[in-house]
Amino acid sequence: MAKSTSSDAQMLIRSLRTAYAATPTNLKIIDLYVVYAIVTAVIQVVYMGIVGSFPFNSFLSGVLSCVGTTVLAVCLRIQVNKENKEFKDLPPERAFADFVLCNLVLHLVIMNFLG
Amino acid sequence: MGAKAENGVKPPPLAPSSFPFPFLRTLKLKTKQQELLIRVSALALIYVLAFAVRLFSVLRYESMIHEFDPYFNYRTTLFLTKNGFYEFWNWFDAESWYPLGRIIGGTLFPGLMVTAALIYRALRFLTFAIHIREVCVLTAPFFASNTTLVAYFFGKEIWDAGAGLAAAALIAICPGYISRSVAGSYDNEGVAIFALLLTFYFFVKAVNTGSLAWGLASAFGYFYMVSAWGGYVFIINLVPLYVLVLLITGRYSMRLYVAYNCMYILGMLLAMQIRFVGFQHVQSGEHMAAMGVFFLMQVFYFVDWVKYILHDPKLFHSFLRITLTCSISVGALALGIGMATGYISPWTGRFYSLLDPTYAKDHIPIIASVSEHQPTAWSSFMFDFHILLFLFPAGLYFCFKRLSDATIFIVMYGLTSMYFAGVMVRLILVATPAVCLISAVAVSATIKNLTRLIRTKSKASQTGSSKGTSSLKASAKASLDQALPFQRNAAIALLAGAFYLLSRYAIHCTWVTSEAYSSPSIVLAARGAHGGRVIFDDYREAYFWLRQNTSPDAKVMSWWDYGYQITAMGNRTVIVDNNTWNNTHIATVGRAMSSYEDEAYEIMQSLDVDYVLVVFGGVTGYSSDDINKFLWMVRIGGGVFPVIKEPDYLVNGEYRVDKGAAPKMLNCLMYKLCYYRFGELTTEYGKPTGYDRARGVEIGNKNVKLEYLEEAFTTSNWIVRIYKVKPPKNRW
Repeated sequence: MAKSTSSDAQMLIRSLRTAYAATPTNLKIIDLYVVYAIVTAVIQVVYMGIVGSFPFNSFLSGVLSCVGTTVLAVCLRIQVNKENKEFKDLPPERAFADFVLCNLVLHLVIMNFLG
Repeated sequence: MGAKAENGVKPPPLAPSSFPFPFLRTLKLKTKQQELLIRVSALALIYVLAFAVRLFSVLRYESMIHEFDPYFNYRTTLFLTKNGFYEFWNWFDAESWYPLGRIIGGTLFPGLMVTAALIYRALRFLTFAIHIREVCVLTAPFFASNTTLVAYFFGKEIWDAGAGLAAAALIAICPGYISRSVAGSYDNEGVAIFALLLTFYFFVKAVNTGSLAWGLASAFGYFYMVSAWGGYVFIINLVPLYVLVLLITGRYSMRLYVAYNCMYILGMLLAMQIRFVGFQHVQSGEHMAAMGVFFLMQVFYFVDWVKYILHDPKLFHSFLRITLTCSISVGALALGIGMATGYISPWTGRFYSLLDPTYAKDHIPIIASVSEHQPTAWSSFMFDFHILLFLFPAGLYFCFKRLSDATIFIVMYGLTSMYFAGVMVRLILVATPAVCLISAVAVSATIKNLTRLIRTKSKASQTGSSKGTSSLKASAKASLDQALPFQRNAAIALLAGAFYLLSRYAIHCTWVTSEAYSSPSIVLAARGAHGGRVIFDDYREAYFWLRQNTSPDAKVMSWWDYGYQITAMGNRTVIVDNNTWNNTHIATVGRAMSSYEDEAYEIMQSLDVDYVLVVFGGVTGYSSDDINKFLWMVRIGGGVFPVIKEPDYLVNGEYRVDKGAAPKMLNCLMYKLCYYRFGELTTEYGKPTGYDRARGVEIGNKNVKLEYLEEAFTTSNWIVRIYKVKPPKNRW
């Protein structure tokens, strides 16, 4: 049973790799940014676990800024991806402008919240 | 052959002779422009109507703030305009809840005050020298007008422009909304309903277009709502519920992902800037639904994406299995640990009593005692909604016929808000926009169908008669004509009926506003013997007496209802006020009011009380006085101090103040203060002295003697009575 699941998992990972290699470069850059933001968030949570959550607003603002940029980057990826038929008419410049605007608001609020 | 479409000037859709605005044709406007002109002028009239219908009390009495809570809002707005935002945000008030004080900056919703202060600043900048009180009085009608505009756009989004106009017209005069937004009712709800509808409109727009910009707008709308009213919890629970319903029914799309995530993350961050809300978005049970749906969405869309890039269903199934088990176990574990350790606080009493209406009566008497928190009776629904009550199910039918993301949202909003409106009278206000929007859909669709029936009939008959050669279509139509000969007449009759109903609605709303919702509560009016109007201005008389005749650091003890008014108008320190944040303090006051005079004197000495204020309606027949509220004082006091027992004040379970009343009742402080010297007064012709007109009985203890207090002031109609606490006697 274990063998079949592990070989299953290996096949899964291999096919995922090959399928992912086919995505265009600009989307891969966005994905890299998403992974970077998630890793930063994880590091912050681990640090909070070690040190304690005393200025809770600072911890929250740090984690939420990572989560926020992740989510906004994923939204950008969705809007820019040519395979999404719903966003066929949306020019990528507009998507990027929305992304920058939302990030600006996000970071302004984070800076206010950091204390 | 038939009416061919022309590109130039089109003839107006109705027969030219019956067109009511002949001058429009002289302006040579195209039909589209005519339609735009009609729409804009209708909206402008609705805007002015929404403002004007709320002005009854300003015209009848004067421009003043109504009720109790608005006085606190007025006082804080005054402070804000005088001292600036930084002082306001960090304000600690020593004048209420003596000796505890209240951190006002951190325990209020600043949206209303900041809005009024901004309007005041803007008017001052344009050199209109208006007093801040006028701005406060007229803020609610102004925002009601703005709500009609938002309702128009929202209706346009859900259905079409006709429904938008109907929604704007219905919500402009709907009594459910007017009740909390008349001129003078300077309360959070006046601004909050505007913010609520704005947030929902922006969110539905974001879901329809999938644009991050609209999502950002809805986050700002949510921030405004959080800054304005505690009812924002409704938004943060309805939107995740909506997302969940869309996910389950399979109507999800990428646009939903973009809209919800943008709104949730940015909205949550913005909401946490309000100190009163603080970290509740990550710590309180009421906000956990939104977070749960957020994580569910991430997992859901991630799995969807993997399914898309993997072209092999078998592999995908195994991946799905692994992911599902991992995520469900992690989620359940996190939730379980959170609730078990108490990190995620359970639902607070205020909102829990919405899910379980019997909870408050048994556990939290303060919440149960507020009259606005009682369950709604059918008469209230009819009173506040009139024809919208049966247009609402009709609108639901139309929405279900044309299901889209927007109509699903409005249906859910309507159903959930109607449930909560049934639980608590106060929440009819939250249901009103949904009911108006859905009814507008019904009205618009019905009238459109009816007028289309009328118009096609006339067109077919015109073409049939003017063009002699009959194509198959024309002959078919002609035969249809003969098959249902009264269809056109029936349509006209139904249309007339619909207009009649709408006109009755308008008459009802105006009547309700005039009779029921325009009383300032602080000034009472009655009809005198010759039909002239008699005004009782006792409250303000008493508060201004306090302001002018007591020392500036005097402390006033009264029941919590009057606290805000005393601090705002009397400018004196109070012991308890309407914020009701400290139940024990209120129970102490309740205990003092229901004890014998000597025990009460000890309590009053411990609280440094200088004056006691009671409200008494025995001379005028005013029934919202302290004797009628007295049992709540006993219950709340007895909830904390078991020495106060409710059965001591009742006789056979009955509450009486006449000769047969309980002895504790006849000698408690509240009784003595209300009926001091009342035994010598004749209130009604033919009745004995000491006849209490509010209870309709002759009082039991006419010979009231006070030992530790002395009467300081009684207003001209005996409604407010103020007593001074005597200092302790000299020892020798």
